[in-house]
Amino acid sequence: MEDLSGVLRNHPFIKDLDENYLKQITGCASNVLYHENDIIFSEGDEAVQFYLIRTGKVALEINGREKGNVRILTMGPGQILGWSWIISPYKWHFEARALEDVRAIALDGECLRNKCEEDPKLGYEMLKRFSHILEQRLQSTRMQLLDVYKRG
Amino acid sequence: MIPRQVRVKKIFWETEDVFTLELVSEDYPMSEFYFRPGQFNMLYAFGVGEAAISISSDSAKKNSILHSIHKVGYVTNALSKLKKGDVIGIRGPFGKAWPLEEIKGYDICIMAGGIGLAPLRPSIYYILKHRKQYGKFTLLYGARSPRDMLYPVELEQWAKKHDIHIETIVDRADSMWRGQVGVVTELIDYAELDPERTRSMVCGPEIMMKYSIDELKKNGLNEDQIYLSLERNMKCALGFCGHCQYGPSFVCKEGPVFNFSKVKDIFEIREL
Ligand SMILES: Cc1cc2nc3c(=O)[nH]c(=O)nc-3n(C[C@H](O)[C@H](O)[C@H](O)COP(=O)(O)OP(=O)(O)OC[C@H]3O[C@@H](n4cnc5c(N)ncnc54)[C@H](O)[C@@H]3O)c2cc1C
Ligand code: FES
Repeated sequence: MEDLSGVLRNHPFIKDLDENYLKQITGCASNVLYHENDIIFSEGDEAVQFYLIRTGKVALEINGREKGNVRILTMGPGQILGWSWIISPYKWHFEARALEDVRAIALDGECLRNKCEEDPKLGYEMLKRFSHILEQRLQSTRMQLLDVYKRG
Repeated sequence: MIPRQVRVKKIFWETEDVFTLELVSEDYPMSEFYFRPGQFNMLYAFGVGEAAISISSDSAKKNSILHSIHKVGYVTNALSKLKKGDVIGIRGPFGKAWPLEEIKGYDICIMAGGIGLAPLRPSIYYILKHRKQYGKFTLLYGARSPRDMLYPVELEQWAKKHDIHIETIVDRADSMWRGQVGVVTELIDYAELDPERTRSMVCGPEIMMKYSIDELKKNGLNEDQIYLSLERNMKCALGFCGHCQYGPSFVCKEGPVFNFSKVKDIFEIREL
């Protein structure tokens, strides 16, 4: 069996995290595998986990009602899937679908939230890392909204 | 400088609103149209006007030149209506080229957005032809939608046949699209840049270049490791009229390719 903490340590999201915190996080982690076209989570479901993608690609889609499913983002190795586990009411806003076979580490949201409550330093570290991702996503969304390639 | 006459050998649509003109000359030897990757010509649609358009063909091919053109206004509309055999005026080539000699020996990361791939295509041909003289070669390309991607067949062939890492992404797509969705800056994660060894060339809409440069800097590149191609309204293209002034520089003469460190101050003032 793969050593989870070793795999975690090599993921960019966990990079340079204190060994003690790494141990705590490993306690909330499990290996998961999804096959092409599997739905990883659906809009409205409870956000019980988030994922550190190791291999494969995932698409995030919103149900655009009469417009059908709109694909808003794809993600791949080294990236983080899902932040709804950290923000109440802990529900997914999107559907996530595996575009190819996906190997990831799932982190149990409740387990991690409890650890963060117990140790605010770990909580702050997690928030800093997630804020960075949120900021990146916000910038990307802005760029998409600006429709930069449209002219005339 | 008086325009020379060239004939349209072929016109074909790359996307819904981007077309490519293949131009040949019977009156002048094609060696007179020799250019370096990154340079542009002024194309003159008779009776309508002139537009600055980068040359998008392989600079080693001597029989004709290609221009890929986004149909946006008067001149580009007129050019889009040309047919095989029609004649237009051409002045050029003008401007500073991509620094392909200077960056030999380095890893190369090209970031292109939309029509911005056209001015970079000659550099890609050049690097692929002189592949051993460069390190790792990455192309990150973003477009509006799958249908707006320029040169999709060629992108696929480059990725299959050559030593180049290509990542493409589109701003929006339906669920049938198997490629990546998001913005071009997200592709940097997959490029695994070695910042000290990397030189980057960026071309696309100004706001796309701004975000791309920010991201390259976050990944450890210094400002002088980044080159970009700027667009300004052009008239004479000879450094006389001042139409293309960008701070202290005239884009037609000192550009359109600039080292980012040289235009950084003014580029950042102009940001949205
Ligand atoms: C160095 C350089 C290289 C370039 N390379 C390329 C290239 O390879 N390919 C390419 O496609 N372009 C390129 N361009 C851009 C190209 O020069 C311009 O898009 C072109 O000049 C537009 O000319 P036009 O007469 O068709 O548009 P114009 O009519 O001058 O319109 C230009 C812009 O103004 C808008 N506009 C037009 N009329 C109006 C109006 N009445 N009210 C409000 N807005 C209006 C248009 O929608 C458009 O966005 C380059 C520019 C430079 C400086
Ligand atoms: S276009 Fe006249 S100075 Fe540049």
